[in-house]
Amino acid sequence: MDKVSVIDGRAYPLGLKNVDTDMIIAAEWLKTTSRAGLGAGAFERLRKDPGNVFDDPEYAGAPIVIAGDNFGCGSSREHAAWAMLDMGLKAVIAPSYSDIFSSNAFKNGILAVVLPQEAIDRLMEVAKTDPIHIDLEHQTVTTRFQDRFTFEIDPFRKHCLMEGLDEIGLTLTMDAQIATFENKAAAERPWMMGEGSA
Amino acid sequence: MTGPRTLYEKIWDSHVVEKRDDGTCLIYIDRHLVHEVTSPQAFEGLRATGRKVRRPDLTLAVPDHNLPTTPRVDAEGRRLPIADAMSAQQLAALEQNAPAFGIRYIDAIDREQGIVHVVGPEQGFTLPGCTLVCGDSHTAAHGALGALAFGIGTSEVEHVLATQTLLLKQSKTMEIRVEGTLGFGVSPKDVILAIVGRVGAAGGTGYVVEYTGSVIRDMSIEGRLTISNMAIEHGARSGLIAPDEKTFAYLKGRPMAPSGADWEAAVKWWQTLATDPGAQYDRVVLLDAADIVPNVTWGTSPEDVVPVTGAVPDPESFADASKREAAKKSLDYMGLVPGTRMQDVVVENIFIGSCTNSRIEDLRAAAHVLRGRHIANGVKQALVVPGSGLVKYQAEQEGLDRVFREAGFEWREPGCSACLGMNPDKVPSGERCASTSNRNFMGRQGPGARTHLLSPAMAAAAAVTGRLTDVRELMG
Ligand code: SF4
Repeated sequence: MDKVSVIDGRAYPLGLKNVDTDMIIAAEWLKTTSRAGLGAGAFERLRKDPGNVFDDPEYAGAPIVIAGDNFGCGSSREHAAWAMLDMGLKAVIAPSYSDIFSSNAFKNGILAVVLPQEAIDRLMEVAKTDPIHIDLEHQTVTTRFQDRFTFEIDPFRKHCLMEGLDEIGLTLTMDAQIATFENKAAAERPWMMGEGSA
Repeated sequence: MTGPRTLYEKIWDSHVVEKRDDGTCLIYIDRHLVHEVTSPQAFEGLRATGRKVRRPDLTLAVPDHNLPTTPRVDAEGRRLPIADAMSAQQLAALEQNAPAFGIRYIDAIDREQGIVHVVGPEQGFTLPGCTLVCGDSHTAAHGALGALAFGIGTSEVEHVLATQTLLLKQSKTMEIRVEGTLGFGVSPKDVILAIVGRVGAAGGTGYVVEYTGSVIRDMSIEGRLTISNMAIEHGARSGLIAPDEKTFAYLKGRPMAPSGADWEAAVKWWQTLATDPGAQYDRVVLLDAADIVPNVTWGTSPEDVVPVTGAVPDPESFADASKREAAKKSLDYMGLVPGTRMQDVVVENIFIGSCTNSRIEDLRAAAHVLRGRHIANGVKQALVVPGSGLVKYQAEQEGLDRVFREAGFEWREPGCSACLGMNPDKVPSGERCASTSNRNFMGRQGPGARTHLLSPAMAAAAAVTGRLTDVRELMG
């Protein structure tokens, strides 16, 4: 995974609340067996609206999208994160995310920045004319108008993002602990762990 | 000694492999369900890194999303090809990946095949107190049996395949208590729609929910599966229900459930799982059964719930600006005007199915309404899609297929069907569907499709009149 530190550039001022995963990438696109090429279908439903931000040349190639509450709600499809990556997005700024989306975003190196609605409102204004600067190390979102918002992020996620770590590789180093747990569980709950039980 | 704990905390505590200083825990996963849509990239990842599946014996694969629901074999029993090349390829990938990694696979033409969330409980693969995951957000359904079950993304699918664990932080807890007795014509689907309407689509984010109260206790396991299935629609990743004697009776004798001495030991442990008296939840939501009526949705978020006796709301009536904006967009998409009585809304399509409402009790409820009646002239397509081959077989034993066929419904093979526009079953653009599924997102049932969520009995009632209908009036 690529390392993440600073994301700088224009932002799509979407602002919409409850942006669901069907809006981010519709079901017809899920038939692929690969991670690549989903950008072409990203936000397809919203792109049907004339005047939508994604087709506005003003924002072409923007690495950031700004949205309302509960971004990425709905299905577990990681295709949503892959589609966003494929269209060049590196960060989302919203007041809240669905739990599954925020995990999927993180696993693909997309920064899901949480800021309160007032900050979103302000950034929506700035985004119309100017770039936005996200600094993961200092956990700040800034603009050239002296706006400075700080955001919280789980320290482990921050570390993984900044180092570009492979989580499966990390967990596999704990193989011995997992085996110990399995032996204990097999003794306590044989019906759950035993051969042929499942 | 620990203090009183909730059901969730007990399951969590018994699955911690390791706790890190920042509170993140490595959690052991007892059961992993795999389907064709969210797994190919995970298997591809394993291959690329030379990793294997740690516990294929705790993993079960079944195709469901892409499968057409038309007959799968010809008169001679030969398998029929799948027309859509990409669907065929994705299904073939699962069919090859499962045996290549030693995973048990239920084939598309096996009688046990069905929607993952119907198959898991039905086979006894889902057990109380287990941790269960699947690359699908409606995995929460399995919480109805007291399993800590939640949907995961494809990277997590790969993580579980390789390590049988997940890195997680403990969630906050929410109790949603529904007390009282449900009125005539009010089903579990109406209860969960009422809950989603009350809590909101994001209200449960960050929480694991436990559904409690007399309404839930009195409910059958199948009804509870409908409730837990939609936990994600109010933002909660998991929706638990305490296992009880009904749960044990449901599981006893199922093919993958424990038997003999194992069964006795299992029940003993399961009986210790219910939330202790005095245990605290971070948030409590109370609903009175007397307030719950047959519900339908009017918009494109499952939180857009209104009693069937109500009307399409005016976006201006919402206090929150972003909700007003969303409601306007929804109504525009749905082709509805504020103030329209829900019962005046005409539907051209009926879909009875999906992991929310495709079990035998759902089919019985719909058939009960349809017996001796026929679908209205304006209804162009009426589908009944059983949740599994076993449900289909049971329904045929009871003669329900005849009731549906005589009423003008199509009786199909099991799968996700028109719940999502991935297989040939779609709702045409601009048309309306009375659907027993769980999501009314824009385009969910096909591009431009307009979805109204409701219960199986209400879907049947809508089929008979050709418009959204209060089943209590039709049957009263
Ligand atoms: S029936 Fe619908 S909600 Fe259930 S697993 Fe299939 S697509 Fe998902």
